[in-house]
Amino acid sequence: MNATLRHYFTDYGMIFVLILLCAFFSAVTYSEQSPTGEAAAKQLASELRKQPGKGGRVLIAVRSQADDAVFARKLEAELSAAGLVVSGVVSGEPKDAREALQKLAATGAKLEAIACNQATASWLVFSDLKADFPTLGNPRIVKPRSYQWPNFLKSENLLNIANQIAVIAIVAIGMTMVIITAGIDLSVGSLLALAAVLAARGIRDYAGALEATPFGMTLACAAAVVLCGLVGAFSGGMITLAGIPPFIVTLAMMLVASGLAYILSQGQSIYQIPDSFVWLGRGADFLGIPNAVLLMLVLYALAQVLMSRMKLGRYLYAVGGNREAARLSGVPVQRVLMFAYIASGSLAGLGGVIMASQLKSGSPTYGNMYELYVIAAVVVGGTSLSGGEGKMLGTLIGAFTIAVIQNGMNLTNVESYTQKVVLGLVILAAVLLDQLRHRRWGGGTANP
Amino acid sequence: MNPPAPPSTAPLLEMRGIVKSFPGVKALRSVSLALHAGEVLALLGENGAGKSTLMKVLGGALRADAGTIHIAGDEIHFHSPHDSRAAGVAVIYQEFNLVPGLTACENIFLGQERSRFGFVARKQERERATALFKRLGVPIDLDAPCRRLTTAQQQLVEIAKALAFEARIMVMDEPSAALTSHEVERLFAIIRDLKQHGIGIIYISHRLDEIFTIADRVMVLRDGANVGEQPIGQLTRQAMIEMMVGRELKDEFPKRSAKVGPARLEVSGLRSGQAVRDVSFSVHAGEILALTGLIGSGRTETVRLIFGADARERGQIRLDGRLLALRSPQDAIAEGIGLLTEDRKLQGLVLSHSVRENFGLPNLTWLSRRGFVQLGRERERFGHYVATLQIKVPHHEQRARLLSGGNQQKVVLAKWLARNCEVLIFDEPTRGIDVGAKYEIYLFMNELAAQGKAIIMISSEMPEVLGMADRVLVMHDGRVTGEITDVTRATQEQLMQLAVA
Repeated sequence: MNATLRHYFTDYGMIFVLILLCAFFSAVTYSEQSPTGEAAAKQLASELRKQPGKGGRVLIAVRSQADDAVFARKLEAELSAAGLVVSGVVSGEPKDAREALQKLAATGAKLEAIACNQATASWLVFSDLKADFPTLGNPRIVKPRSYQWPNFLKSENLLNIANQIAVIAIVAIGMTMVIITAGIDLSVGSLLALAAVLAARGIRDYAGALEATPFGMTLACAAAVVLCGLVGAFSGGMITLAGIPPFIVTLAMMLVASGLAYILSQGQSIYQIPDSFVWLGRGADFLGIPNAVLLMLVLYALAQVLMSRMKLGRYLYAVGGNREAARLSGVPVQRVLMFAYIASGSLAGLGGVIMASQLKSGSPTYGNMYELYVIAAVVVGGTSLSGGEGKMLGTLIGAFTIAVIQNGMNLTNVESYTQKVVLGLVILAAVLLDQLRHRRWGGGTANP
Repeated sequence: MNPPAPPSTAPLLEMRGIVKSFPGVKALRSVSLALHAGEVLALLGENGAGKSTLMKVLGGALRADAGTIHIAGDEIHFHSPHDSRAAGVAVIYQEFNLVPGLTACENIFLGQERSRFGFVARKQERERATALFKRLGVPIDLDAPCRRLTTAQQQLVEIAKALAFEARIMVMDEPSAALTSHEVERLFAIIRDLKQHGIGIIYISHRLDEIFTIADRVMVLRDGANVGEQPIGQLTRQAMIEMMVGRELKDEFPKRSAKVGPARLEVSGLRSGQAVRDVSFSVHAGEILALTGLIGSGRTETVRLIFGADARERGQIRLDGRLLALRSPQDAIAEGIGLLTEDRKLQGLVLSHSVRENFGLPNLTWLSRRGFVQLGRERERFGHYVATLQIKVPHHEQRARLLSGGNQQKVVLAKWLARNCEVLIFDEPTRGIDVGAKYEIYLFMNELAAQGKAIIMISSEMPEVLGMADRVLVMHDGRVTGEITDVTRATQEQLMQLAVA
């Protein structure tokens, strides 16, 4: 194996574990799928264009659900465009369909087809149209064709995974930097809650609650992020200037931040927030990729460049690898450490804002145990807790590994208590595998 | 091969045809070694010649790919350090294997506790430890944690530990490296006593004087193979060096004609606690100033103050007449002062990082633009120094940990050369480095001096001080106690006098 390839293997070996997990969950969730929404509408439209074709009359029957509504609207538009006549759109229950059919039958008009989805096609009302509504002719029941595909690999599910992990992954960027400097930041989970509460309170109390403008909301969020950055700066100051171990300092800040979040919210969830606030967490403006996921990808790209190409990145590694040697080589050790903790705090704050947006509320209970998931993502990603080694993209892979395991277990209906046990064991196994691989391919460990 | 010096029956230890490979390196190619009871065998060779690997095989820390080990005639297989210890082999590594927080007594019996019903028989252990130290002729506080003992005392604890499990074969890897000449004398007395008791000793050292004093027989390794074996009486210093480096060396210290210019670095009234009390001196352009004295005399502490590594209580530092306000190594480096630390592994290098990254560390300020490292330029500069310093690295991404001591020191030197420092401070620049690399480092020191830089060299090795320096300052107890300006006429005795005064 050549050297570059070997480096790649040792640096990003966890990606194979991730691929294996994906393959596994794909295999076990392989099942019959029926298209929904726009995809289903397009499929049906092309079928109806052929038969009955132009001028044909079609009734559309769907349930009163968001996804069905999308399907019906799209199908109606497509059919009208193709010159078919949409005789009606039923959106509700079988009895609504019966009424509609009766009305149609009463007008004496013929009906060539009834466009259904998987659910409405099996309504009893459509089972014997010839006998029930002889005047309608013999309308054909048309539904989207089903096919075999893993639930896991459905694009909604994949986006769902990405959306679920976005917060943890973003917080893990800062944590990776901190761990590379041989430190730890236990306060991120609490900072998440603090930021969510701060942003929500800011919007409720100062930006006009439900009438808040985008500018006001942005300001409230920015303030929350900056405040979390300041908490990070405080931790960094205690670590560098007072020389208290990071574990202790951030453990203390974890309690402080959590307590502050409860005080500021009076232990309640804050939900007086305009609907437009969910744009950050739930919106998807670009190629259907959720904004939070997009933000996560941009941040990872920036962090990767920082760590691999910039002076500051090199200093972060050096401080973690050998603090004294770094100092004696002129590295501004204290400033580098400050940067790491401020970055970690700010990113935790950003994670909290995104979470508030996703859930459209701010609550002090957010982010509980998140620090552990974040640390797990970093470690599974191959970053050494003793510092000096690790890769930003490894952390992203680590975060996705954890998300895939959780999602896969949800899909396969594993009970939530069992999920915790499995997740813990899988994290252990992943790190073990990583170590074994390092020993095999890393080279040089035989003669330290 | 010549018959070994002290004739006896089966050798105490025989290693035959030992082969050991690491990925990409053949560290040992069929090395053989014999050691007799009551003999001191000096194992010589440049760094990377395979001495340490051979000793790790003997100590059970590494498993040989091929070859056999016989102790008192019986073939023995080592699977772990424990097996080797059970066979009576004690290896005292350069970095001691002591638990810093445990006492001397606890360290001695670590892993071989005398116990009764699971309880440590402390009284019995103490008696035995006291007896051991009495035999070694040195009192050591049995209750002090090892981290508070001096290097020499820690070494004695290691020796006592070996004696405690009745080792018959003792390996000492660079035992004198961190000892003062006084302590080395005492170590030799102990070694002679161990010989009397029939213990075979393998002694690894780069200090040839010591080998003439203590060894009975010399074995030389080069590039992982035996190159020669001679009783000490049949060897000259010159012959030993030639065997090690495989080529003729004219002199241990390169000659040069110093052209000493005006004062560059001036230090006055430097003070910090008990370690440095009122130190003043100056270094001139083109001069190599040696700072010597016993370990603990404040030499290292003094240069750390100059470099801004520790906070100074008082004192002024001037460079070319300009007063410097140094508060950190960063400031000192910006002013053109470089320090090659005494301990490369702990302070000089980030061992887990590549040699290129280590090289870049102090140079990123000028090797980067708008915060981005100019990787191409960094590689090019490093390549330049790899060539000029003849650093032996397979590729630039090699981890610093995997280099030999000499090459590690060259990487450290490269990083400071690239900074183009005006004042360079070398703290024990050749400690643990083989003869060939030593000579090359001396050459570079001379060249730097010739360029008009000011060089400060700290060294405990008297021949090095006298061979390299233009002027010598001797420190004792945090003060400069003597200065020798006419180095060519100075003697080691004279230096010693000043150092202990």
